[in-house]
Amino acid sequence: MSIVRWARGKSPWYFHYETGSCNGCAIEVFALQTPLYDLERFGIMNTGNPKHADLLLVTGCVGYRSGRVLRNLYHQMPGPKAVVAIGVCALTGGIFHDCYNLAPGADKVIPVDVYVPGCAPWPEAMIDGILLAAEKLRGAPVARDRRRLVEEEEPPAGGAGEEGKA
Amino acid sequence: MPGQSVIPFGPQHPVFPEPLQLRLVMKEERVLEAVPALGYMHRGLEKLAETKDYAQNVFLMERVCGICSFMHSLCYCQALEDLMGIEVPPRARYLRTIWAELGRLQSHHLWLGLLADAFGFESLFMECWKNREIVMDLCEATTGNRVIISGNAVGGCRRDLEPSVLKEIGRRMDDLERGLDRVAPVFQDDPLIKQRTVGTGIITREEVIRLGAVGPVLRASGVAQDMRQLGYAAYGELDFRPVVETGGDSYSRLMARLGETYQAIDLVRQALRRIPEGEVLPKVKGRPEGEAVSRVEQPRGELLYYVRATGKPQLDRVRVRTPTLSNIPPLVRMLEGCRLSDVPVIALSIDSCVSCTER
Repeated sequence: MSIVRWARGKSPWYFHYETGSCNGCAIEVFALQTPLYDLERFGIMNTGNPKHADLLLVTGCVGYRSGRVLRNLYHQMPGPKAVVAIGVCALTGGIFHDCYNLAPGADKVIPVDVYVPGCAPWPEAMIDGILLAAEKLRGAPVARDRRRLVEEEEPPAGGAGEEGKA
Repeated sequence: MPGQSVIPFGPQHPVFPEPLQLRLVMKEERVLEAVPALGYMHRGLEKLAETKDYAQNVFLMERVCGICSFMHSLCYCQALEDLMGIEVPPRARYLRTIWAELGRLQSHHLWLGLLADAFGFESLFMECWKNREIVMDLCEATTGNRVIISGNAVGGCRRDLEPSVLKEIGRRMDDLERGLDRVAPVFQDDPLIKQRTVGTGIITREEVIRLGAVGPVLRASGVAQDMRQLGYAAYGELDFRPVVETGGDSYSRLMARLGETYQAIDLVRQALRRIPEGEVLPKVKGRPEGEAVSRVEQPRGELLYYVRATGKPQLDRVRVRTPTLSNIPPLVRMLEGCRLSDVPVIALSIDSCVSCTER
């Protein structure tokens, strides 16, 4: 692992965009910076500028209007970058999935690396998701890629295959 | 026009937790006019509410807004209880009051922190949010979730609280008051905060009435109106008076919210002292028919629900009128003539909640 790659995972800055739900997840993302959860102990900081950011945190269900803004912000971020979708609304639309105005999930608009389910997810779960995404900046396979790796490396022998798929 | 330029403020801006756009027509450093642009967070929730039955809708209404989630479900349940002629048990009314005031406490702490953050006063932001965690812990201890606390059902409350939990709430209120006592003098006297808030974003008593402001924006300009005076839930039996300030500037709005934070602690204590024994959720029979309107005082002001039903399990229409929408015309008025550098603090001083407004 080159030194640049190693350093990237050390202090990723995140950029948060609320695409439009109840903003319950958005205030929990704010709470991550505060003394109880203190994300800064991992070197992870909030930035208001997408061009300074390594991670994009998306909360809320993506509407057709906010989807445009989200795509725009995503493309302004320099690579390598990773996206964390937080809360069921960002995953699938959640309770709002039948609404006329929504795309079912942020991954219909931009590529998502880590999914954190919950309504609202616990801050601990969010921290876990963000750290997984930070691993991706170092080039480690995460989320879907990791599952594929498990399937490829450990061919199901007897009952052992079940665990790999879970 | 020569010498004028338009600066888009938002939809993504560091001071706003949510997407709201203000198009500022500027002449040099002065704002001539602010044009709000809404709709980034529209979901179509009112339409969705027509497809679900009235009891399921409680869960939907909790998710109109994550910050004042409890007040939305409370207002909705009150409208349906009115339609169906349900008498809410006294214990449930007191529990609703306790949860509603906990919601107000966390919302006001959140806002105080965000305001400090908008000045660049990072340590004060951290202190406010540290205090807020006390309230979040109580929400988690009493309902099992931190944000969407889901305490309401049509007819009463979904959970009852043990006496030991009620005692614990009282004890944590003391902690919270001590924490608030540490930050309140900073908000009141700090020269840095006064410089940014005193005399900025002034709006007069006549104007707030004419433009239909609600909540702390209205009360900071000297109008003593608070929907809790209607006496819904247990507020009719508790002793309180609206917190009124007379300055009409950002500082008065800050002081009004600070006063309300203390008031909310006091109301929780009063409710804990007087809470009666009894059941919390009576059996609900029948289907709603007719029209009803319900109003509650949210942390941001008056919230109004209109419900129409025709005897089917599904409702015919649910209309939500939220406080931020009423506070946007006063905001536009406040921004006229201010400097560009003051816009973030003034825009924050109405405590906008875009997810309620756009639903």
